[in-house]
Amino acid sequence: MSSVQTMTAAPNPTTAAPPRGPAPGRSRRPLSRIAFWVILLGASVIFLYPFLWLVSASLKPRPEVFDNLLVPRRYAPGNYVEVWQAAPVLDWLVNSVTVSLAAAVTVTVSSSLVAFGFAHFRFPGRNVLFGLVLGTMMLPAAVTMIPVYLIWNGAGLATTQVPLWAGNLFGSAFYIFLLRQFFLGLPRELFEAARVDGASYWTMFWRIAVPLCKPALIVTFVFEIQASWSDLMRPLIYLRDPELFTLPRGLKAIVDQFGQGGEAEWEIVLAGSVITTLPMIILFFILQRYFVEGIATQGRKG
Amino acid sequence: MSSIAVTPAPGPRTPARPRGRATGLRRREALAGYGFLSPWIIGFGVFMAGPMIASFVLSLTDYDVLTSPDYVGWSNYQDLLADPKVRMSLANTLVFAMLQVPLTMMAALGLASLLARVGRRSAGFFRTLFYLPVVTPKVAVGVLFLLLFNGQVGLINSALEWIGIDGPQWTTDASWVKPGLVTMSLWSVGGTVVIYLAALKNVPSELYEAAAIDGASAWQQFRNVTLPMISGALFFTFIVLTIAALQVFDEAYTAFYGSRAAASYSSDAALFYLIYLFQQAFQFLHMGYASAMAWLLFVVIVIITIIQVRVSRRFVYYEGE
Repeated sequence: MSSVQTMTAAPNPTTAAPPRGPAPGRSRRPLSRIAFWVILLGASVIFLYPFLWLVSASLKPRPEVFDNLLVPRRYAPGNYVEVWQAAPVLDWLVNSVTVSLAAAVTVTVSSSLVAFGFAHFRFPGRNVLFGLVLGTMMLPAAVTMIPVYLIWNGAGLATTQVPLWAGNLFGSAFYIFLLRQFFLGLPRELFEAARVDGASYWTMFWRIAVPLCKPALIVTFVFEIQASWSDLMRPLIYLRDPELFTLPRGLKAIVDQFGQGGEAEWEIVLAGSVITTLPMIILFFILQRYFVEGIATQGRKG
Repeated sequence: MSSIAVTPAPGPRTPARPRGRATGLRRREALAGYGFLSPWIIGFGVFMAGPMIASFVLSLTDYDVLTSPDYVGWSNYQDLLADPKVRMSLANTLVFAMLQVPLTMMAALGLASLLARVGRRSAGFFRTLFYLPVVTPKVAVGVLFLLLFNGQVGLINSALEWIGIDGPQWTTDASWVKPGLVTMSLWSVGGTVVIYLAALKNVPSELYEAAAIDGASAWQQFRNVTLPMISGALFFTFIVLTIAALQVFDEAYTAFYGSRAAASYSSDAALFYLIYLFQQAFQFLHMGYASAMAWLLFVVIVIITIIQVRVSRRFVYYEGE
């Protein structure tokens, strides 16, 4: 933890001293300043354009989907009605919301418990076990994918949504690592004082550690919502009944039925793509601080 | 603060304490520790260690889920080394990774360097913009790939035509499918940008001032100050991006596999290793063969990671060493 703290805290006074940012980039020559902004704005257009294209094309009638105009000549909001009628999109939306919420709640609770165990207690084998946690991050999911499928199959749950989230009851390596870092950053005196007052370990976890690490818990929650929402592989493996599909699995079905495998009714596929993507974009705009914080922490472990 | 002095932590170096009480406390702490760890310990056994063993045992059998497994020894491994589709999918995956990882790192470093030079507010704005594609579900990215890179009417080729270039058939020409998918994947470079930006912000500005006083050019500053100082982040993303690229699945599967009409579309130029593994396991129900494939993938990933660590070690600078 100390290294993380020094790495994040130390540069602040130094970067705060000069008026705005480090010197090398702030060229005084107007020509390179213009070039700089042209490149940056150009890059922004490249990043933003596919979204605009997607939304715009999803509102166009079929013959004009590929006209590549940013503003549709004729609006066809009926595409959204059509996709709604062609597929149980509302079911998929509800499924995606419930599955990703279940995945995020379970992984946040379990990972924080395990992370607190690693951060706070001393016991034989702790470092070996933590090494194992980190080791599992390297293991490709493909290695365990088939036996895990057979477990759920044996339990009679192979065609339900349970396998999409139930594995999260046992914690997930990346989040355990992330939360452990935060728990290690809490001053140990807090817990010693609580112990003197006769607090149980559970109280220390629930009343001291959890409230103080709320931002890290939100990072975990938000990350898992996004990961679970976007997951395609597991819904492909487990879900058979179209009414149980999540949005990405459903969108894949729409692509196969109407797009690539069908009559190239791409306007339906595009409307489905917008419905699949939009909730994540909204979530990101509301909680972007936590997304960015989570990613930056990941890199900082160095 | 003083509470520490009252109750010293029962670590291994408290010899002065009366033994009985100290060991009792230590045992209680250990038990509580294992208690908090229990979800992970159970999960590790049931969903990691157990399946790993099972997967290896399965790889020595023929198993189709419906009938009980037949022990076949190492023949799955012999078969997969002789399987032209295994070879092709492995080659496809390696080509994809070798294109995608360095290009992602370069693009991300370029964008992060740009962001490091603007004020805080605008950096936040552009960072948000660059990160948006990362939260876009990969299935939708696959759809966008098919449409934007469409050879006849796609936006990319229309733009290329506009500047006088006759664009290739990205989605149907076998030699252009992978470059197309790589280009599309660069759209999701934002996560790496955020990591690099955080690393760039941590480079002490005195180093640049000192370099500038010594008359170092912008390139020399970048080469001799920036790169060494962010080498930790570069190394981390190098490893993580490679492992992810070797398991590429969603976009390519969405665009090229799953429906009968799409199956021969790209003449298997987008048959990545995980796609073939998925087909073997869950479409052909060759669970034993697919398990052997999974172990081969694991071995490939471990070997590549070891090489990367060996090679990179000389270039990575750690603070305080």
